[in-house]
Amino acid sequence: MLIQPILFVVLIVGGTALISWPLGRYMTWAMDPQGAASGRPNAFTRLFQSIGGSVSARPQDWKRYMVSILAFNVVMFVVTFSILALQQYLPLNPDGKEALEGSLIFNTAASFTSNTNLQHYSGEVSLSYLSQLAGLMWLQFVSAATGIAALAALARGLAGRKLGNFFVDVQRASFLVLLPVAFIVAILLVVGGMPMTFNGAAVATTLEGVQQTIARGPVAAFVSIKQLGTNGGGFFGPNSTHPLENPSFWTNVVETVSIILIPMACVWMFGRIVGRMRHATVIFGVMLVLVLLRVAGGIWFESAPTQAFADLPIEQTTGNLEGKELRFGASAGPLWSVLTTSTSNGSVNAMHDSLNPLAGMMPMIGMWLNEDFGGVGVGMINMFLYIVVGVFIAGMMIGRTPEYLGWRVEAREVKFAILALLAHGLFILGGTAVFAATPWGADVLNNVGPHGFSEILYEFSSASANNGSGFEGLGDNTVPWNVATGIVMLLARFIPIILPLAIVGSLSAKRRSAESSGTLSVEGGTFATMLAATILVVGALTFFPAATLGPIAEHFIYMN
Amino acid sequence: MEALLASVRITVATMAICVAGYATAVWAVGQAITPETADGSLITRPDGTIIGSRLIAQPFSQPKYFWPRPSAVDYNAAGAGGSNKSPTSPDLTDRAREIVAAYRATPENPLPAELAAASGAGLDPHISERAALYQAARIAEARGLAEPEVEALVHRMAFAPGGFLTTDRIVNVLELNLALDGTGTPQQ
Repeated sequence: MLIQPILFVVLIVGGTALISWPLGRYMTWAMDPQGAASGRPNAFTRLFQSIGGSVSARPQDWKRYMVSILAFNVVMFVVTFSILALQQYLPLNPDGKEALEGSLIFNTAASFTSNTNLQHYSGEVSLSYLSQLAGLMWLQFVSAATGIAALAALARGLAGRKLGNFFVDVQRASFLVLLPVAFIVAILLVVGGMPMTFNGAAVATTLEGVQQTIARGPVAAFVSIKQLGTNGGGFFGPNSTHPLENPSFWTNVVETVSIILIPMACVWMFGRIVGRMRHATVIFGVMLVLVLLRVAGGIWFESAPTQAFADLPIEQTTGNLEGKELRFGASAGPLWSVLTTSTSNGSVNAMHDSLNPLAGMMPMIGMWLNEDFGGVGVGMINMFLYIVVGVFIAGMMIGRTPEYLGWRVEAREVKFAILALLAHGLFILGGTAVFAATPWGADVLNNVGPHGFSEILYEFSSASANNGSGFEGLGDNTVPWNVATGIVMLLARFIPIILPLAIVGSLSAKRRSAESSGTLSVEGGTFATMLAATILVVGALTFFPAATLGPIAEHFIYMN
Repeated sequence: MEALLASVRITVATMAICVAGYATAVWAVGQAITPETADGSLITRPDGTIIGSRLIAQPFSQPKYFWPRPSAVDYNAAGAGGSNKSPTSPDLTDRAREIVAAYRATPENPLPAELAAASGAGLDPHISERAALYQAARIAEARGLAEPEVEALVHRMAFAPGGFLTTDRIVNVLELNLALDGTGTPQQ
């Protein structure tokens, strides 16, 4: 009984780590074709410069790069907002979906622009195929591409080079990285039995003579980029638990691999651009250990049977099956729940609200830390923030000027890093406090007691981590929830992109010094331990009091 | 201003290639090599009306059919969802108590757990082999069949969804019921 879960985890996580190595190499070629050399731009770069126009042919400093990110994201938001708002007048609407409410449109556009994919609607109930594809799936490509572009720029800056040009980078990420990988995965999914049709819902008359309307649509294309771009917004309301969004054990394997593939490859891409592969290996190792600890915890806690059935004549040998699908096998749910929250993906293949209390805490911890692999591009950027803080603390401890890759880390950089990390805690804990204390939160809960508190805590964690999963019992399609989480998602998206770029701008204005025997090496076990300790102390302890009020309290009150 | 103009140009390019081109290409490949599943794995009667989808659970309550797992959305395939109840919730106990009564489960013959636990989307088309065998006696009685006949059908149609990576064999409820009615061809 123990061998299958271990084999399953090792094959999926280990297999993905193996594929991520060549993919990281390919992504470096795609995102940074010239490397350190300053030769003529290659054919792709020239093509992307001509699509972007004259502004995309000029090198950008960190401020221009940031303004370009914001300009493109404003256009992303406006375009999708318009498509969602006008869907009832637009084509590709075979089931006649009607107008959406205003605050829901705002929340959804903010959610997909920020790569969060928090969904306060149910896709098959509310959205036309055009809204799904041109509104949301488009953002699943370009919001992920925004993250990869920002990481490439950050890495170039740390390598002591110019940051590059956002308008070229975002096209490289969209067309050269995401598009080919998404196409391959989509074909695997469609061969695995997933629908890909533009026909509207099918109406069946069941064997017992009942009418059943079966929603379907262009699912495979959507789900592929949803998984790969750490987006997570499902075509159907219940996401990849839905049999048409995840038809078999094998599609589930493909989708699980797709969750962590590009986030893993981003670490290798960072290492190659910076030119420090041993350093990248140490970072990768720290991330992997943090993920595997939570995976082990999740599978262990989820093997406890459904507590609500304890006094009834029901078998108690198969673990908790509420909210799970049988075709994926027993450990698929907890493994996915950890990977999807480690990476800011937010898709689900089991209902997180129905996980056992401590198994449900594992995804929350993933969102609180938000860096062990993390979102495409931005996960590694979040890790950079922890590195800055970790290097600073280590420098204080040994009484030397903190340095990272030869750059002197001083008060200004540390302030920016801490600010970005504190914002995450403020959004989650502040938002939870306000909604737990008012009818905005208390009136829309699906569970009572500590689990109800967990629903609020999870929702704000998900919004601020740009994750998008939820304890979905929460009745969150209300104006206060739509507005509050919409604002949190946007702030929590752009603060941790802008501040790291500002740090790099500030670092690269200084003189770079050669590393000496007095410098803390970023390639060994000492650094790995220091980094992991920083993450746990700064990241996890911030949220420990909230955890005790939610999942930990629920565990000790109800579980035997 | 220049930045906005570049953004609009890139919007047009990505819409054309990553949305229109990509979705059309995936659709064309799907319709060409797996047209049946690409349309939703539908099963039709000889007269062309649709019975259902192989992948979507449908409600069964008559004694002569195998019953699927409970559904928090009453098998609504146009608005799927789970219960989203905590596994410690008394609401789940109440729901399970009714199901236990319907199956007449006893401590000596306890109910397989998934027959009391709703799936994530409320549309899980499968039950475990054990859960199907658990219902064999009722079906045999209702159809006037010998119980071993029903059990043999279950064994024939059950499969391990992930080969050696999964321990529990499962079986598709709709396909099982079609085979009982003699109108469907057993798969797997």
